[in-house]
Parts: sequence; C-alpha cells; structure tokens
Amino acid sequence: MTEATVRDTRTTLNRIGGLFLAFGAFLKNMSRNKIGFVGFLMFIGFVLLTTVGPKLVPEANRADLTAIYQPPSREHPMGTDSQGKDIWAQIVHGGLDILEMALLTGVISTFIGITLGSLSALIGGRLDSFLTTLADVWLTIPRFPLLAVLATLIQLKSMLTLALILSVLSWAGLYRAIRAQVFSLKERDYVEAAIGLDMGMRHIIFSEVMPNMMSYIAISFTFAMTAAIYAQVGLVFLGLVPLTRNWGVMINLAWTQGAIFFRDSVYFIMMPVTAIALFQLSIVWMSRSLEEVFNPRLRSG
Amino acid sequence: MSSTTAVPTTALKRSPVWHWIRRVTSNFLVRRLAKALFTIWFVTSLIFFLVRLMPSNPVEVYINELIMYYSLTYAEARDQAASLFAIDLDAPLYQQYFEYMGQLLHGNLGTSLRSPGTPVMEIIVTFLPWTIFSVGIGLLVSFTLGVGLGMLMAYKREVFWEPILSGIASVLSSIPSYIIGIVLLVYLGVYWGLVPIHQMRGSRSPGIPPGFTPAFIADIFFHAAMPIATYVLATIGTWILSMKSSTMSTLGEDYITVARARGLSEARITTAYVGRNAMLPLVTELAINLGFVVGGSILIENIFVYQGIGFRLLQALNTRDYPLMQGIFLMITVSVIFSNLLADFIYSWLDPRIRIGGGE
Repeated sequence: MTEATVRDTRTTLNRIGGLFLAFGAFLKNMSRNKIGFVGFLMFIGFVLLTTVGPKLVPEANRADLTAIYQPPSREHPMGTDSQGKDIWAQIVHGGLDILEMALLTGVISTFIGITLGSLSALIGGRLDSFLTTLADVWLTIPRFPLLAVLATLIQLKSMLTLALILSVLSWAGLYRAIRAQVFSLKERDYVEAAIGLDMGMRHIIFSEVMPNMMSYIAISFTFAMTAAIYAQVGLVFLGLVPLTRNWGVMINLAWTQGAIFFRDSVYFIMMPVTAIALFQLSIVWMSRSLEEVFNPRLRSG
Repeated sequence: MSSTTAVPTTALKRSPVWHWIRRVTSNFLVRRLAKALFTIWFVTSLIFFLVRLMPSNPVEVYINELIMYYSLTYAEARDQAASLFAIDLDAPLYQQYFEYMGQLLHGNLGTSLRSPGTPVMEIIVTFLPWTIFSVGIGLLVSFTLGVGLGMLMAYKREVFWEPILSGIASVLSSIPSYIIGIVLLVYLGVYWGLVPIHQMRGSRSPGIPPGFTPAFIADIFFHAAMPIATYVLATIGTWILSMKSSTMSTLGEDYITVARARGLSEARITTAYVGRNAMLPLVTELAINLGFVVGGSILIENIFVYQGIGFRLLQALNTRDYPLMQGIFLMITVSVIFSNLLADFIYSWLDPRIRIGGGE
C-alpha cells in the first residue's frame, strides 16, 4: 500500500465516521422532543412498511369467498375484506403511492414557496405587493372544491400531474411563511454583504438565506405533505381520481361495499383509516422534532 | 401594505374632496370589502377560463353528447348547449366572458344540464343554507369550547388532565376531518349502533313544516348532528392548542402585571385583558380555517348523506353537470369570502389598532 492510498482510505474512513457522527447528532437532537421522536420513529416505520414491506409480504390477489370479513387471526393479522383478501397485505402494498405523492408534492411546493417567497422579499417593490395581494386572494379560495372541479376537467391519472396541481394550489401559504422569514433575514449583515457584493440572486437565495431558515422549510415541507395526503385520499375516497390500490381506494371500496351497513366490515374500513390517521399524525409530530433540529435556539436544556 | 397612490399636487392635497377620498380608501372596512369583491371577480374569471380553455372543453363535450345520444344535428346541439350554458358560443372568448359576467351580475348562473329547466341559482338556494347552518354551528361550538378549554389549560398547567387534553387536541388537529367522520359513523352508527344514522340522512324529515317551531328546529339539529359533531371534533384541537399557547404568551405581558398591580378583579383581567388579546391570532386562524372546513364539507356531507351544497357538488361532478358545478363552486367561494369579511370585522372590533392604524 502506498502512502497515497493509505491517506485516501483514511479520509474516506474519516468521512464515513463524520457521517455517522452527524447522524448520531441528528438522532440525539431528534430525541430531545419526546413526541417528535415518537413521530419520527413512526414515520420511519411507515417508510419501511411501504418500501421494504411489499418485498416481504405477497400481494393479496387470491380471493377466498369462504373467508370474507374475517376478524384478525394468526393467518390474517388484520382480517379479510369483502372478497376474503388479506387486509394486512393490502395495507402493506397500498402505502407507497401515498408516500411518494406526499414527498413529491412537498418538494415541488416547497421549491415554489422558497423561490417566490425569497424573490418577493429580496426584490420587493411591485413584485412583492403583487404577489402578496395574489396570495391573499388565493388563500380565500376553498382549495378542495377547486381541486374536485379540476379533477373532472383534467385527467389526473399520473401522480406527477396531481402533485403539480396540488403544489400550485397550495403555494400561497408557504409563500407567506417564507416571505416573512426572508424579510427578517434580509436585514442580517451577511445577507446585506452578499447583496452588496452582487453575488447573484441564486447564490443569495440558496446559499445565504435558505440555510438559515431550514426549520421553516422543514415545517413547510411537512405541512405540504399532510395537505397532499388529505387532498389525495379525499379525492380518491370520493371516486374522482382513478388510482389503483392505495389506502384511499381501500376506504372507498369498503365504503361502497357497505361498511355503513355491516358490523363485520369494521376491520376492512378501519385498517386503512387507522393507517392514514397514524401516518398523518407521525408527520405532524415529526415536524416538532425537525423544528428543534434545524433551529438550535429552540433547543431547551 | 405600501401605498401605491400617486403623490398628489399640494393644491389637491388640501382640497376637502381629496381628504374625503383618503378617509374612505384608508378605512379598514372599505379596503376589506374591496378585497372581497376583487377576490370574487378573480375566482369567477379563473373558473370561466379554466372551464373553457381546458383540453376537454365541457361545452364541446356536451355538444358531442347531445349529438350522440339524441341524434341532434351539430347546429341544434350547439344551440341547446349555448342556451343551457347561458353563453353565445359564436362570440369570441372575451365577449363570452363579458356576457357571462353580465349574466352573473343579474344572478343568472345558467341552467343545470342534468335537470333541464332548473336554474343553477335555484338549486344552490335550496342546498347552500344547510351547509352554512351545519358548518356555522359546528365552528361556533368548537371555537367557543376550544377557546374556553385552551384558556383554562393555560391557567392550570399543573392539573393532571392538562397533558391528556393536550394530547387529544394534538391528535385531533392532525387527523383529516373525513377520517374523524368515518370513525364516528362506523363506531357510533354501525359497530355500537348508538346513533340511528339511517334516519339521520338528509337535511330534514319530510312532513315537518319549516318554521320557527320546536319540532322543526329539533328535527334539523337531529339531521345535522353528525356533521356538526365531525366539524367540532375536527377543528377543536387547533383552537385548544392555539389558545393555550396564545394565552400563555399574553399572560407574560407587562400590561397584565400592571393590571394586577392596579388591583383589577381577576375576572376583568381574564376577559378584557388576557382573553381579548389572546384571541386575536385565533380570529385570523378562524378565517383561514373557514375555507378549509367548507371545502371539507364535500367529504363530510357525503359520508353522512347530508344534503348540503357539498353533497350536491359531488353529484354535479359525477354527472359532469358543468354549469351547476361552476355555479356551486362560485357560491362556495363567495360564502367563504363573506365569512372572511365577517372575521375581519370581528378582528377590527377586538383590535382597534387595526381600524385606526389602517395597516395590515
């Protein structure tokens, strides 16, 4: 081994060690807020369930009419549905859609929010007053009915279209939060220095301003995620969006097949309902910890 | 808000007319009203162009449908569609737009496609009041209860039930409203059978004449009970948590200490000093929440088969009744805007600084 390779290995090892340390610090900060940490663990659990789970649990394709509406048992941990299909398998296979969609919407709408919010606050003037008024007006439009109307005008078949529309519809809230934050950051010396040195808008937004409002961005991201889940599952439940097999579709099926008439179908409808409720809860709770991780001033003790 | 008015000449500035104009335009309520009208115009235009510029133009879709099912000629189908949508299809788009706006000012929203001859406005008038009633009562109850509980929790932080209530509020505020609705229906209505959900369907029972009679009032509350319960549970968590943190920060203010030092009674401090100030951010939140709750009524009303505007909207969506869904969406927006206006008035009453300062 030459000296160079030894040095290389060492730096690589150092880097990996550094990563571990950073991850450890992240975990430590996450665990400062107990509820937040519980939410974080739940969220990780859901991510594993929807990504790794489908590889371990076979799909529930086999209908078994002799075993419909079974209560939970060793064979069917969550019981069976109206066709005798295993509910647990459907839960495992039905979450990826929702998770991907939520992340996608989170990324797109956070990007729109950051860009418009920072531009508005940094450039100011006409652009700022125009965007502020537009956001004000936009916020009063009831979003879900608009989305439902749009769903009949546009074919919302692909996930990307739906995510884009959701992000565009929810830009105003994020824009407002981020604009207010940038306004307060604008006065700081380092941002003024960057503006004075004429470093370019992209550098100022993404290298100077953004890293200092990571907590806001993280919170906005989780808000966008929960709003996306609400809207997507809502649309699917109403039968306005043709999507295959997810928790929303399961609720819709249980609903249309008479969950309001049969006591037996309580597992069929309550399992996806619980999954969605817990998933939302995990994201909201996790956001509390994220706030502390990215905003050291909030850390108590 | 930055003032965008041009700098007037000094002569004009001194004239009484200018002074009067300034007073009117800087009036908080006048500005809010202008904003509300602007929003209504914006939404109307947005929907108008969305519906007409979409790849699947509903007017064309309807014409094709008429040709297919009723074997009309293109011209006949076109005439019929034009009369139903209350627009002249041959006119250029901008003319159609002005036409539509003109009709709208006269309260004409066109005619329903699926129940021919029924004006859209008439359908809206029969369905909208139920939604306003159930959402209004629901929000009123949850706001009052939530504000009360939140304040109580801020005052008594050491009581054993405080963390329990906090936890419940946090869970309720994170779960989508329709999930709460489904859980209520499945457990109360089906699994435990405590509530006669099938009799509660609809917005009122047939046979009871409307009016201010005890029987009628009891009946409409019976039918609206489940939607109201859902709205209360879905929103109360937010009020409790916001009011608690808002009260806690208000309690630390200097003017509270001063009020105590002046020997004011605790009741007066709680209502006029703490309560009034702590409620301010909640009124803003109420305004934002309103649109969300009214929007969610599509889901809630369909879960409980409550015949409000959300229930009718889904029917219109499923049958592709475009004039109707356009009209309903517009009216939902208008009612949200007016409730926002109401929230603004409440705000300006609670916080005179807004009225006098004229700022945001």
